[in-house]
Amino acid sequence: MIKQLAKSIREYKLPSLLSPLFVTLEVIMEVLLPSLMADLIDKGVDKGDMDYILKTGLILAGVAFAALAFGALAGKFAAQASAGFAKNLRHDLFYKIQDYSFANIDKFSTSSLVTRLTTDITNVQNAYQMMIRVAFRAPFMMIFAMIMSFSVNAQLSWVFVAFIPFIALALGIVIKFAHPIFGRVFKTYDKLNNIVQENLHGIRVVKSFVREEHEVEKFGKISDLIYKDFSKAEKIVAFNMPVMQLSVYLCILIISWIASHQIVGGTMTTGELISMMTYVFQILMSLMFISITMVMITMSKASGDRIAEVLTEEIDLKNDAEPLTLVKDGSIVFDNVSFSYTKSMDKLCLKDISLKIKSGETVGIIGGTGSSKSTLVQLIPRLYDVTEGKITIGGEDVRRYDIEALRDSVAMVLQKNVLFSGTIKENLRWGKADATDEEIIKVCRQAQAEDFIEHMPDKYDTYIEQGGTNVSGGQRQRLCIARALLKKPKILILDDSTSAVDTKTDRMIRKAFLEEIPDTTKIIIAQRVSSVEDADKIIVLDKGMINAVGTHEELLKTNKIYQEVYYSQQKGSEENG
Amino acid sequence: MADKKMPDMKRRPRLQDPGKVIKRLLGYLKGYRVRFILVLICIVVSAAASAISAMFIQIVIDNYITPLLGSNNPNFTDLLKMLLIMGVIFIIGALSGLAYNRIMVTISQGIQKKIRDELFSHMQTLPIKYFDTHSHGDIMSRYTNDIDTLRQMMSMSLPMMFSSAVTILTVFVTMVSLNIYLTLFVLIFVGIMLFITKKIASGSAVNFVAQQKELGDVNGYIEEMINGQKVVKVFCHEELSKEEFDKKNEALCKSATAANTYANILMPIMNNLGNLQYVLIAMVGGALSIFGFSPITAGVIGAFLGLSKNFSRPFSEISQQLNAVIMALAGAERIFELMDEESEQDEGYVTLVNAKYDRDDNIVESEERTEMWAWKHPHGDGTVTYTKLCGDIVMKEVDFGYNEEKTVLHDISLYAQPGQKVAFVGATGAGKTTITNLINRFYDIADGKIRYDGININKIKKTDLRRSLGIVLQDVHLFTGTVMENIRYGKLDATDEECIAAAQLANAHDFITMLPNGYDTVITGDGGQLSQGQCQLISIARAAVADPPVMIMDEATSSIDTRTEALVQKGMDGLMYGRTVFVIAHRLSTVQNSDVIMVLELGRIIERGTHDQLIAQKGKYYQLYTGAFELS
Repeated sequence: MIKQLAKSIREYKLPSLLSPLFVTLEVIMEVLLPSLMADLIDKGVDKGDMDYILKTGLILAGVAFAALAFGALAGKFAAQASAGFAKNLRHDLFYKIQDYSFANIDKFSTSSLVTRLTTDITNVQNAYQMMIRVAFRAPFMMIFAMIMSFSVNAQLSWVFVAFIPFIALALGIVIKFAHPIFGRVFKTYDKLNNIVQENLHGIRVVKSFVREEHEVEKFGKISDLIYKDFSKAEKIVAFNMPVMQLSVYLCILIISWIASHQIVGGTMTTGELISMMTYVFQILMSLMFISITMVMITMSKASGDRIAEVLTEEIDLKNDAEPLTLVKDGSIVFDNVSFSYTKSMDKLCLKDISLKIKSGETVGIIGGTGSSKSTLVQLIPRLYDVTEGKITIGGEDVRRYDIEALRDSVAMVLQKNVLFSGTIKENLRWGKADATDEEIIKVCRQAQAEDFIEHMPDKYDTYIEQGGTNVSGGQRQRLCIARALLKKPKILILDDSTSAVDTKTDRMIRKAFLEEIPDTTKIIIAQRVSSVEDADKIIVLDKGMINAVGTHEELLKTNKIYQEVYYSQQKGSEENG
Repeated sequence: MADKKMPDMKRRPRLQDPGKVIKRLLGYLKGYRVRFILVLICIVVSAAASAISAMFIQIVIDNYITPLLGSNNPNFTDLLKMLLIMGVIFIIGALSGLAYNRIMVTISQGIQKKIRDELFSHMQTLPIKYFDTHSHGDIMSRYTNDIDTLRQMMSMSLPMMFSSAVTILTVFVTMVSLNIYLTLFVLIFVGIMLFITKKIASGSAVNFVAQQKELGDVNGYIEEMINGQKVVKVFCHEELSKEEFDKKNEALCKSATAANTYANILMPIMNNLGNLQYVLIAMVGGALSIFGFSPITAGVIGAFLGLSKNFSRPFSEISQQLNAVIMALAGAERIFELMDEESEQDEGYVTLVNAKYDRDDNIVESEERTEMWAWKHPHGDGTVTYTKLCGDIVMKEVDFGYNEEKTVLHDISLYAQPGQKVAFVGATGAGKTTITNLINRFYDIADGKIRYDGININKIKKTDLRRSLGIVLQDVHLFTGTVMENIRYGKLDATDEECIAAAQLANAHDFITMLPNGYDTVITGDGGQLSQGQCQLISIARAAVADPPVMIMDEATSSIDTRTEALVQKGMDGLMYGRTVFVIAHRLSTVQNSDVIMVLELGRIIERGTHDQLIAQKGKYYQLYTGAFELS
């Protein structure tokens, strides 16, 4: 995981190295202070030598300023390095996801991808900053303080060296016991938030079924779990401070006892004792910092793992080594195609589909909820790869084409369609980035969107809110169709894309297709028979298999499913022709 | 929906009335009074111990070591005694530290749980209007951010600040007792340090706001793009979206660097100013002692070195924590604001009870569960009448507006008898859903009357009214749990068989058995792995298991194909025998077989009648039906 994430440091390697370097320098300065201080006291204050006091004092002040400067620089570089690292990581992650296939996206779910790109990155950024500053500072501090203290008085130094394993052990135990509980608590927190969120969204359901108490009970249980676990973990962590304090105190006591003998015996000075005390603080405090950073870093490990998971995910759709970039025409052949989302042959969504569609044909697909209509068409622009069999477009296997070239030739209007925040024009230009205004107006006319756009206050410059909430469902669908038309595709696929459009407009859209883009193969999935009845052929899908293929008249005569669908909608509709 | 989860960081803490908030928070200490006092005592003890530890060196050097200097036969017993006493004091100090930390955990976690639970149960009592008019992300952030800042304040900031205050006080007294001049010097220096801290902190605040804004921008973009990722792929729009992303990401990086730089340099600056102070004390102290200006010993200087650090550190600690406290109080205020939000009012006194006929064919209340329900209606004169629950609904000249300025329903009158299917047809915003919101009293009517089995619905207890209505909404909300649990939501004590029967009725049984674990398949989120249509079928089963006399289907089958819909309808028709059904749909095939169809336009019923009558009328409905108009 660390190796994977480290790849994203790149141009921020320098600040990432400078920061620990300056931290080290800062630490050296800080560690020099106490021993100089001892000199100042012993040779200056005790002896009453004001000149010496001034001289050493100035040196000391210089050292303190140097430490300040180094510390500030270290902080600056750490900020640069961590913000830059986060930027690169976010960049890598976002780019990687852009390369994801539909199957990859399905695997992670969009909300979890969003969390990884937001919260998790922030966690890793904080941990990284901590790593290159505090995590360096503390051990260095310990080592240098140790060296200094040994040079001042080796015998006394052994006292706190003896304490180090004891403290390390105590902190280790605290981490070992508290950490798994914290991990658990955060998961429980997710559950709690999930309940709140579900209740906010589903408040009408809760209230109409009068389930308020039921929900409060559910919430209370989780809330209680958090209370118990959190208390438990924090009570363990509460040992940290007192253990540290006690160790420092004991060190001080023992050192003073030994030191007093040495001072009286003349082998040590009072100044040295004072500096030793400072070293005790420095060493034990850095130990404390090490334990805190260790906890923080391990906590962010989960975030790091989740990011690495996205980065190392293998993209299961790859371009052919020598891809074809030109799609000859819009003819499509399904040759014994079977498909499963899980790649296992016992959960097939599509079974043995064989089909021939000529270029320029209009094909309708009809089938019940869950009959895999959408799955079938998503295989055409290679949004998923077939599990068995093959699909050819223009006589070539879809896997032979360059993916971008393929998708540029196959325009698809998805069932769950999305407009993005931006003007109508900007949204439409997704289909063709350099489309002229005339082109845009033309496709809007074909998609029967021109009218309502013209009635909008800012016409084509009307701002669409995120998720397209300020246009109606039918308007959104027509904008999405226009967007797809702008690509001038060889194959156009509409996945239930006119469900919110009235039958008359629906008919006009189809008429425009027939007249304006006769060479484009049109595949229309619909729930309304009227949307497909004039197609060249209609495919009836049932439970992932082709039940029948034929024209409206043929199917109406021979196919039971088609008849049922037809009569469920068309009761007494002869008069509306 | 990740935006709901994302902390609402743009919010700046602003306190209306901190006194009130603090008072209210203190109210939560009620059950912990003894423990809280114990905590305060422990903090004082532990702070005192740490203050003593700073003075300790001075005492040892001046009182115990210096007198022994030069003696040939030094006697260390006094020192040993003193060290042992100190040892005891230190142990007590450490133990009180442990004690207060642990007790504080119990108190802060307990209070937090209480606040959390109160918040949630109060939220459940709020009227629908509240949820319609407040952003869910905003409500959500009270559970996440606000409670969390409160936790940090209670378990970290407050004890730290109190302990800091105690430390400052003890250290100050000690310093004064040692040497007044050095104390003055320390005071001046600490003043300068605080001034610098404030400068840096305000610079940091400005940059943090900028960073949060950019972060919100980047995260918003990420969310929109990732949610539309499939569209991005279909349009090969990856490169463009990368480009835009890089721009935003770069801006964020810049402001994040600035913000973090400020934050990062604060500590080293404070630290080394402390060191500088250290040096200066040694120099000033040395000068004072040499020039004999004031009686000063090496021990005193040594002590001052330690004390000065102990004196300035708590100041910077307090100033750091102060921000956290203000944030937490602002959070608490927001929490209390939600808790003070007025609950849904319910003056209803007519309740729904199990009933049976007695020997004289009068309806009487029944203790055990019968298949019959009745409205229990207590009257002013003490008598109680029982009315059988049938599902007869009458609306008379109802007017309604979500706010007073704009009336959205005008003069709506309708009669729906048990066994009838009443349909509403009309464009978005015509008021179809609003009518159903009035029947179950999610909103209260402005004028007119709605009667349920002849009883004014304002007199019926809301929970009982809603229990007698089954609602299936277009936006399906399933809860995390198994399919079975989700169906059982309609009737908590339903057996597995009842749930399965309901699923069969809703035509959901077939696909449920095809799921990996059948009825035990766990649905997460809002039914993520199921199609919209499948979710609708489950929600129909959920309403069916509740078996209510009145059903409201608001676009309940809009995502189901017409063939399945026909099957569902067949099942529902069986279920609906003898019940009142309200159907809202924009697909006309859904409403064709209704007993009466109401065409709504701009909040008025403009046409009513059966399908055949309306077609014959050649009015709006006819135009809709022939496709001359679009509904969306």
